Amino acid sequence: MGAVRFLLNDQWQEITSIDPKKSVLDYLRENLNLVGTKEGCASGDCGACTVVVGTVGTNQSMQYKAINSCITQVVTLHGKQLITVEHLRQDGDLHPVQQALVDNHGSQCGFCTPGFVMSIFAMSKDEEALFEEIRQDELPNKDAQREEVLEALSGNLCRCTGYRPIIDAALGIKKQARKAKTNDCFARKQAKTVAELNAISSQPVFFEYTRNGNRKRYFSPTSVAELAEILSAYPNARLVAGGTDLSLEFTQALKGVDVLVYLGRVAEMCRLTESDNHIEIGAAVTYSEARDTLVGYYPDMGELIDRLGSRQVRNQGTIGGNIGNASPIGDMPPVLLALGASVVLRRGAQQRELPLERFFIDYKQTALRECEFIERIRVPKPVDNQIFRVYKISKRIEDDISATCAAFSVFINDNTVDDIRTGFGGMAAVPKSAKNAEEILRGGQWHRDAIEKAQQALSNDFSPLSDFRASAEYRMRVSQNLFMRFYLESQQGADIVRVTQHA
Amino acid sequence: MRSLPTLSVNEPGKPTGLAGESLKHESAHKHVSGEAQYVDDIPTPASVLHAYAGFSTVARGIVKSMDLSAVAAAPGVVDVLTLHDVPGHKDIGPVFPGDPLFLQQGDEVQFHGQVLFAVAATSYEAARKAARLATVKYQPLEGDITIEQGLENQSFVRPKHVQARGDVAKAVANAEHYASGELHIGGQEHLYLEGQVSLATPTEDGGIFLNTSTQNPTEAQKLVAEVLDIPMSLVVVDTRRMGGGFGGKETSGNHWSCIAALFAQRNKRPVKLRLARSDDMNSTGKRHHFLSRYEVGFDAQGRIQGLDLELSGGCGMSPDLSDAIVDRAMFHSDNAYFLPAAKITGHRVKTNTVSNVAFRGFGGPQGVLAIEEVVERIARLLGKDVLSIRKANFYTAEQGRDTTHYGQKIENHIIPGLVARLEETSDYWNRRKAINAFNASSPYLKKGLALTPVKFGISFTATHLNQAGALIHIYTDGSIHLNHGGTEMGQGLFTKVAQIVASEFQVDVSRIVCSATRTDKVPNTSPTAASSGSDLNGMAARNAAVIIKERLIAFAAKQYDVSQGDVTFDNNQVAIGDRRVDFSEFVQQAYLNRISLSAAGYYSTPKIYYNREESTGRPFFYFANGAAVSEVLIDTLTGEYKVQRVDICHDVGTSLNPAVDIGQIEGAFIQGMGWLTTEELVWGDDGRLQTISPASYKIPAIGDTPPEFNVELLPDSPNVEATIFHSKAVGEPPFMLATSVWCALRDAVSSLSDYRVCPELDAPATPERVLRACEKIILANKGRSASCPG
Repeated sequence: MGAVRFLLNDQWQEITSIDPKKSVLDYLRENLNLVGTKEGCASGDCGACTVVVGTVGTNQSMQYKAINSCITQVVTLHGKQLITVEHLRQDGDLHPVQQALVDNHGSQCGFCTPGFVMSIFAMSKDEEALFEEIRQDELPNKDAQREEVLEALSGNLCRCTGYRPIIDAALGIKKQARKAKTNDCFARKQAKTVAELNAISSQPVFFEYTRNGNRKRYFSPTSVAELAEILSAYPNARLVAGGTDLSLEFTQALKGVDVLVYLGRVAEMCRLTESDNHIEIGAAVTYSEARDTLVGYYPDMGELIDRLGSRQVRNQGTIGGNIGNASPIGDMPPVLLALGASVVLRRGAQQRELPLERFFIDYKQTALRECEFIERIRVPKPVDNQIFRVYKISKRIEDDISATCAAFSVFINDNTVDDIRTGFGGMAAVPKSAKNAEEILRGGQWHRDAIEKAQQALSNDFSPLSDFRASAEYRMRVSQNLFMRFYLESQQGADIVRVTQHA
Repeated sequence: MRSLPTLSVNEPGKPTGLAGESLKHESAHKHVSGEAQYVDDIPTPASVLHAYAGFSTVARGIVKSMDLSAVAAAPGVVDVLTLHDVPGHKDIGPVFPGDPLFLQQGDEVQFHGQVLFAVAATSYEAARKAARLATVKYQPLEGDITIEQGLENQSFVRPKHVQARGDVAKAVANAEHYASGELHIGGQEHLYLEGQVSLATPTEDGGIFLNTSTQNPTEAQKLVAEVLDIPMSLVVVDTRRMGGGFGGKETSGNHWSCIAALFAQRNKRPVKLRLARSDDMNSTGKRHHFLSRYEVGFDAQGRIQGLDLELSGGCGMSPDLSDAIVDRAMFHSDNAYFLPAAKITGHRVKTNTVSNVAFRGFGGPQGVLAIEEVVERIARLLGKDVLSIRKANFYTAEQGRDTTHYGQKIENHIIPGLVARLEETSDYWNRRKAINAFNASSPYLKKGLALTPVKFGISFTATHLNQAGALIHIYTDGSIHLNHGGTEMGQGLFTKVAQIVASEFQVDVSRIVCSATRTDKVPNTSPTAASSGSDLNGMAARNAAVIIKERLIAFAAKQYDVSQGDVTFDNNQVAIGDRRVDFSEFVQQAYLNRISLSAAGYYSTPKIYYNREESTGRPFFYFANGAAVSEVLIDTLTGEYKVQRVDICHDVGTSLNPAVDIGQIEGAFIQGMGWLTTEELVWGDDGRLQTISPASYKIPAIGDTPPEFNVELLPDSPNVEATIFHSKAVGEPPFMLATSVWCALRDAVSSLSDYRVCPELDAPATPERVLRACEKIILANKGRSASCPG
């Protein structure tokens, strides 16, 4: 029941009824006349609207994340702190992040600048947290620091500067944050902010909103049982966790939503746990939250996740959502297919586990039944003789949707292929394994000749489409060549064969 | 009268922020704090209406019927506009007609996304939703989508134009070597971060006050007046800043301004029209794509003897500025190279796609790319190093190799020295060797390296546009208000012009406020385009300052009985004989003595003329020059690549603001790199543009910035022409430095043939195109080794 309550910097905001689809951006600009945050695309692709959301972390300190306000619903802010570019000034002076951009000539037209400010601000807050954890002599080298900056700012487009001065400004901030603990107003007020956020109700939120005779409902359950109940009552409810996909229906197709259910407070679904043989990822766990665990087991997933969407998208988007929307071009499904992952589905009190390959039925069609939802994803942990690689092919290296994504997992004993599993995105109406190619390799020698046969077999596995991202011919050719890349990388002491990894 | 207090201490140092200093952008602190106001940020009264356009959904067809009843009945809708509601002009073509404001039954739709009608409603979303409710029936017609289709059907928006020198056929035939080729050059979406937006407020006299994001306030004023059928004097256009322009706000904003103004006039309410990104990308023009076809004759040293080049610009459905854009492509099809005999033919191809518009470089980059491909082909055919062939073709003062194919003499040969300097500073030749060695030992990853020059002509080729005005007021407290005809789109123009005025008065730049560009302050202005902003407006502002200074000097001389030569402006003071007085104090005195402290300045560029019939003259006041070296790494299995290092040396004359100039160079380079690499416009066979979102159209992201990126301003190189403090224009020329990235990618691909093959690699060189170019050579290699065993 009741209202959505959040902190706008240090001021309470209470929303008792609002169109559930209303974005944070529109709320800021239209309802609050806070126009420092800009709309560049309203689709989460440019970062001009970046704001920072603070939550109370497990150690009772604030954690800050940059998000795209254009594709975030304001109702999902319950219990959080929202910080916009207007809140950064320190007693009238520019915040060090703002000053660094000024000093480095980091703005030209200035329209993307508030978004960059907020992304760098969030990055600096991450650095502060590291300041506590890492010894000063463990500073990453300059190239690694630059990589971290690029990763943090990959979702902010600038059309004027060519980015060089922005990179310099961010590197300066990073250095500063590592040298001395900053004492900005957010750090000074941290205890108060934590206390205030902790005081916000952790109960479920529900309200109705009526306009022009249309009644809309918003639910924010806190347990799977509640969620299951809501879905049974409203089978057509739309589920939102990160909202990075659903929001496009609102901002691009101008559609509305009658019943919106937010998953970000469903305790069981926000959890990432490990059993002996599996990583169990709640369906509302974001990419950012899952990254380190996944990369710990499968290092090659690091490059993929860091190139998947942008930092803002990874802070919001969920692996569950990536599976649930059943897009043929999502990047996680190929990986999870190759790893033999499964999904745990729930309807009411019933649970069932389904191998992921049986989840995808056809273009944007899944095995989900009415009122059923994805509760979590089960990813097997690696075994000793397993080699795993995933390759993302796109026009632009960062923040681009794949033309083709190919994941390979091979189990080799004595140069014999015990088993091989693959997953391809962008090659069919659904994310799919290359069964024919796998069959050729399974049980045989792990040898170049066999790979060449598997490459040929791919044309029996897939008939990709041509679109603006790539032609069918390219998708096929590059998929075949990625088989060869995988083979080359599987060799001991292999040369680097990826431009993304070459120094 | 009060006597002048004599200051005892002569303050040390110069005023702060004079021309030549790396002053921060005048709005930097407002950008970073979110306080910089863009049009959509302007507070509006509750009565404001939101307008939106209804767009066509076919590329070509006759409108059989248009039923707007559902639009009018939609929630929140207040007004609907169709063609016959327009009181004045119904066509808003900026130079030639061809851009109808709306269409009506019987009219021909000319591209997918063309404006049919408009709607105004009480909210932005209501207007957008309502605009989608029209029922429009079309009789579809076959459209031309590609340049080839337009050429085949001889469909043009303007007649062709030829620039010729000598007997080309003979020169090509007599040359030792011959080559021919064809190159497709893609267009480019501007993707300014702030989309098109206009806010029209009705005035009590039946006029309009228009806030809009435009590079050309005067044209917006003129078109709004014409469409509303009111005098220009009743329309005031105000542009404080744009969130990026790049040419995409030279003419592309007019449509939305006119619609907002029409609704404002009819409803007596303020009206805002802001395009959603997808509609902005679908319905506003882009950089022209081009098809280049050529025959070239050259000698054994690789020197061009004759070039017959056909440049076909894809203009879209209307002329807009395409005549001048294709002309500029032709003017730059020599780049830095002497063409003894040349025939450059420029076609203005009409297609059923959105009308293409100005974009940084204005056709120049396409001309440059075309000739660079020719030079590279020559080198590969001769088996010679490409840079050596480039250098062999440079304009020089010797043997008459100093005149362009349109008859302009190159008076100042900057490129040879600049390139030599860059070869040295970038360690070009050692890296060339290292790269060859790397490629020999790396089977799948290959490196490429290229050094390319650029010579870019500065001046509008429409000579009458080379004029500007400015307005300076000095108030009695010594603060200075500056206004000029140039617009601020991030390029730092307001900063530079303020620095110029500060330098004239020798006062701190903090005294100067540069206000929004307004048509009621400085009239009849030219667009801020053609890199001319600071050249023209800086000079006009300086002229205004000089006028006021002359009055002040005359006053001081008379008042204190000194000669005029004994009055100087120095460090926020005025020295009059042996007296020194604070600038503000002195201004106060001048006011009390009834001296006018306000002046309008004016400037028109000297020396330029051009006879288009004969295609000879001096269209450009001077040339800006530069060169870049790019190093890339490609993956021959996937076509993916990274730009690893870039070195640039660029000629800005005597820089007005080195930080701003370097910002322009870096930004232009990356934007040019995007054009030539990942930025791909894709149309469907139905003529619908498929890349209408930053999710599908990929401009460079932060990780595309090369890890090593060295930019140097060519030192000690003042402009020999009398430009503002001997500076040079910088907005567009460095865009073409990115040619080096495209050439480096081609170099990497060519390594697969041991540099004997000129790759078939069009622009943009997407990973897909790079892979295709690689595989073509790999296949040919296989064929060769199969046919010559052992």
